[in-house]
Amino acid sequence: MTTLPPLFADWFASRGWAPRRHQLEMVAAAEAGRHALLVAPTGGGKTLAGFLPSLIELAERGPKPESGPGSGIHTLYLSPLKALTTDVERNLMAPIREIGLNIHVESRTGDTKQSKRQRQRDFPPDILLTTPEQLALFCAWEGSRAYFADLKCVVLDEVHAIWSGKRGDLLNLGLGRLQTFSPGMRRVALSATVEDPDLIRDWLSPRTGGAPSASDVQLVLGDPGAPPVIDVLVSEGRVPWAGHTGTHAIPEVYQAIRQAGLALIFVNTRWQSEFVFQQLWAINEDNLPIALHHGSLAAEQRRKVEAAMARGDLRAVVCTSTLDLGIDWGDVDLVIQLAAPKGSSRLVQRIGRANHRLDEPSRALLVPASRFEMLECQAAREAVAANAFDWEPVHIGTLDTLAQHIMGAACGEPFTLDDLYTEIIGCGPYRDLSWERFEEVVDLVATGGYALRTYDRFARIVKGHDGRWRVRNQMIAQRHRMNVGAIVTAGTLNVRVASRRAGGKQLIGGRKVGEAEEWYFEQLTTGDTFIFAGQIWAFMGIAGMDALVVPSKATEPKIPSWGGSKFPLSTSLADRVRSMVEDRDHWRVLPPDVQEWLELQEARSVIPGRDAMLIETFPRGTRHFLVAYPFEGRLAHTTLCMLLTRRLDRLGVGPLGFVVTDYALAVWSIRDMAGLDWNALFQEDMLGDDLEAWLEESFMMKRTFRNCALISGLIERRMPGQEKTGRQVTFSTDLIYDVLRRHQPDHLLLRAARADAASGLLDVQRLGQLLGRIRGRIRHAPLDKPSPFSVPALVQIGRERVGGDAAEMILEDSAEALIAEVMGEEVAA
Amino acid sequence: MNAALRERLVPRMAACGSLTVRIEGESARLRCSGAMWLPEHGVLIAADLHLEKGSAFAARGQMLPPYDSRATLDRLEAEIALLDPRAVVLLGDSFHDARSIARMAAEDRARLDVMAVGRDWIWVEGNHDREALLAPSPLPGVVVETLTVGALTLTHEPLPGPRPGEVAGHLHPCARVVRHGRGVRRACFVTDGRRIILPAFGAFTGGLSVRDAAFDRMFEHPPMAAALGRDRVHALAWSAVG
Repeated sequence: MTTLPPLFADWFASRGWAPRRHQLEMVAAAEAGRHALLVAPTGGGKTLAGFLPSLIELAERGPKPESGPGSGIHTLYLSPLKALTTDVERNLMAPIREIGLNIHVESRTGDTKQSKRQRQRDFPPDILLTTPEQLALFCAWEGSRAYFADLKCVVLDEVHAIWSGKRGDLLNLGLGRLQTFSPGMRRVALSATVEDPDLIRDWLSPRTGGAPSASDVQLVLGDPGAPPVIDVLVSEGRVPWAGHTGTHAIPEVYQAIRQAGLALIFVNTRWQSEFVFQQLWAINEDNLPIALHHGSLAAEQRRKVEAAMARGDLRAVVCTSTLDLGIDWGDVDLVIQLAAPKGSSRLVQRIGRANHRLDEPSRALLVPASRFEMLECQAAREAVAANAFDWEPVHIGTLDTLAQHIMGAACGEPFTLDDLYTEIIGCGPYRDLSWERFEEVVDLVATGGYALRTYDRFARIVKGHDGRWRVRNQMIAQRHRMNVGAIVTAGTLNVRVASRRAGGKQLIGGRKVGEAEEWYFEQLTTGDTFIFAGQIWAFMGIAGMDALVVPSKATEPKIPSWGGSKFPLSTSLADRVRSMVEDRDHWRVLPPDVQEWLELQEARSVIPGRDAMLIETFPRGTRHFLVAYPFEGRLAHTTLCMLLTRRLDRLGVGPLGFVVTDYALAVWSIRDMAGLDWNALFQEDMLGDDLEAWLEESFMMKRTFRNCALISGLIERRMPGQEKTGRQVTFSTDLIYDVLRRHQPDHLLLRAARADAASGLLDVQRLGQLLGRIRGRIRHAPLDKPSPFSVPALVQIGRERVGGDAAEMILEDSAEALIAEVMGEEVAA
Repeated sequence: MNAALRERLVPRMAACGSLTVRIEGESARLRCSGAMWLPEHGVLIAADLHLEKGSAFAARGQMLPPYDSRATLDRLEAEIALLDPRAVVLLGDSFHDARSIARMAAEDRARLDVMAVGRDWIWVEGNHDREALLAPSPLPGVVVETLTVGALTLTHEPLPGPRPGEVAGHLHPCARVVRHGRGVRRACFVTDGRRIILPAFGAFTGGLSVRDAAFDRMFEHPPMAAALGRDRVHALAWSAVG
């Protein structure tokens, strides 16, 4: 067993601590010169374990040379969250100060001042704490090779939250660059508990080709903490039939807050957080300090809430996933999950927010918003007890992200294609990238990748006589550096309080309340009221990058908060819910009214088996309904409905609309659907032509394409001296998409967008799995009235309206009244 | 829509989906393509083609698809084939910048020549293409500042105040409609029966909301927006446009 150097051992002793086993194992891995992945629950001293080897090495090194070898950065720490770098800086400084080490630590994010950035370039610190986006920027620096020549270690924090997406791709490509600059560099990753750590080991390994590479990375497992105590709140013994906000239970949530020291109330969307915050304050008789925290609030306001939490001034914070990751803002002793958790991994992560001491159990309270959610909460609770986490889907490196990286590499220094290719296939997500595909991406970077070769003379990167590729000129490099990053948020607008200049008619934006997605404001008209930052506002209009609002006296906002969860139900949790539905013995753990509901379903319709899918058909009013229960989450259900309605239309059934929940989908039509051939209707071939045809005109597809175009650098968001608003970009990328699709349908970015759509917004992958699972296992129950299971979906119908051809319908609806007024009888003619 | 506006416009939906209105008494067909057809004069008008916008961006390092000119010309060709106009008037900003004509593929330029055969071909100057049009070029047709057709004056940039009979482009009007919690944005014509502003015809051209202050000075009374749908033009009351 490794022992710590006396200096460090004494420090642990002085704090009354002993180094934990996994901390020592991380030190041993470093001594053996191995890459390492530490998987441990929150509260296990994970961050310190990641840094300990670097601190020991730096302590042994002594004072840092002013220049020459050894004067560069020793350890680079990368965190997916900006706030985390500040938090870690604070926590890391404690041992450094107390041991009396001469180690220089600095952080750097997008907010860091220019003067400090310059200083960091001239005089690198020993340890630099930063974000993946900054790493991408480093790669695009001239001189980055020399800057990182001394790099010994990279620490990736919260790697579970980032590895399987585009940010993970960019991060991994950046690691590949660093490894080239400093071949001896060790890779260290810290992760919350995951279902299969080997996936992350494989991702982290720098090996090119050959045998399975997970073994290149030493796996260190932390000791599990005390199992959490999870309760499910059944408000007044009843679980509502339908709904998704859980607000029926607000009085009991308030009681729970009163009894706790500091409670975190997690909800799934920011709009929901606003709503819950409002509701809690409406009954806050004791004037408990309850705050709100979500990603749209102005940064300053968020910092205030965090500081108040840290001081112990708050009793509760209503928050979204912004507080999911590992920041210690105070002594949280209760986590309340309002509405179902959607996945066991996220739930465990959130529960970990309560009680950062390993040996004491965390306390959590789940509040289901409906009966299906009650099943889900119970399933999640059992999953956590069984240490079962969500399965991760297979992730293959994305090509738009690769394009951005190649451009960055060219901005950094000239390269040959052979060298760069070798480096890239050493990066986990790109291990299987073919040379042909690589060349295609290089062409995309250089001239846009068009079959029509008219842009060769405008190429952004050019091959010199020495066979090396370099950026064409400094202006292009500069523009690339301004646009680095893999997070393309939907266009956001500043929310500002509007005022009128004296005597003027024009409204001007004043104080900034926060930021919110542009699409939200696109659906508002002037005068509409909505909740934001804990207040009701009236929308006045959009001016440039600002959404102008004025305080409203309304007590009820006219535009309801955006319902539903942005996280779809996880595959593994869905599986558990289906098993629970099938297993009658299992029902006994559920509240009596939910058991009755299940029994009623059995009596009136059918209880579907775990691998089967139930379809119910029944008439209602003048319509015929089809309700199916795939339990595959909103995204996959929406895509399925889009495809189903196309097929039903062809069958002459006359589909009129549909709604989805995480559990079910409902389609209604003019004619009865009971006699349809279900196996033919749900044939997997719907993922062929029908999917293609639908994608052609899908709004989601345009949005996905826009993201790919922005990430790949085909379109730039930021130009020197001007900020393009999201709205301008959205408009023109739609046109570009249309033109490109017509003239070069196999363009690389269109393919990339399709691949993204398959795993992202459209969840085609999961839909494919569903169709495979239910083949030959569809149970049809023809009914004469709605079943108990169908109620949540039917209730949803009044709330939203989705149509196959929504855009044209909106125009027609709006035009109808006017045309009738203007033209009277001529309309018909 | 008020009675006076209705009286002046007399809008009528044609079978092909275009909307017929009266501008200063002249009959004008607002077409789904975004072009305007004056049947009594045999004149087809399209504004703001912005040809070679893609390559203009590419020259500055943003590789937009190089297919915009042919996409725009495809649509113009289709309109000409359908209507066989006596004259085609391109209402300014037909080219995106001064070097557009030089960058244009030879085959695209040749298509312009073919389209111009047997009819008057008139380029109205715009702010983007004045330089390009006034330089010696192989383009067919003539270049004018403004043009009179019947009671109408065809010009690129609309001028403030009441301008009876003015037909202009330049502003790239688009209308936003919100229904059932969803917004839709479409290019549109804007007219009060006295004057009209045409949508941009080019494939990559963006839009300016008709609620922008730029439109305030053009109309004394609320006009009508005629939004381009997939296969028909939708007449929208001013109050319905957000």
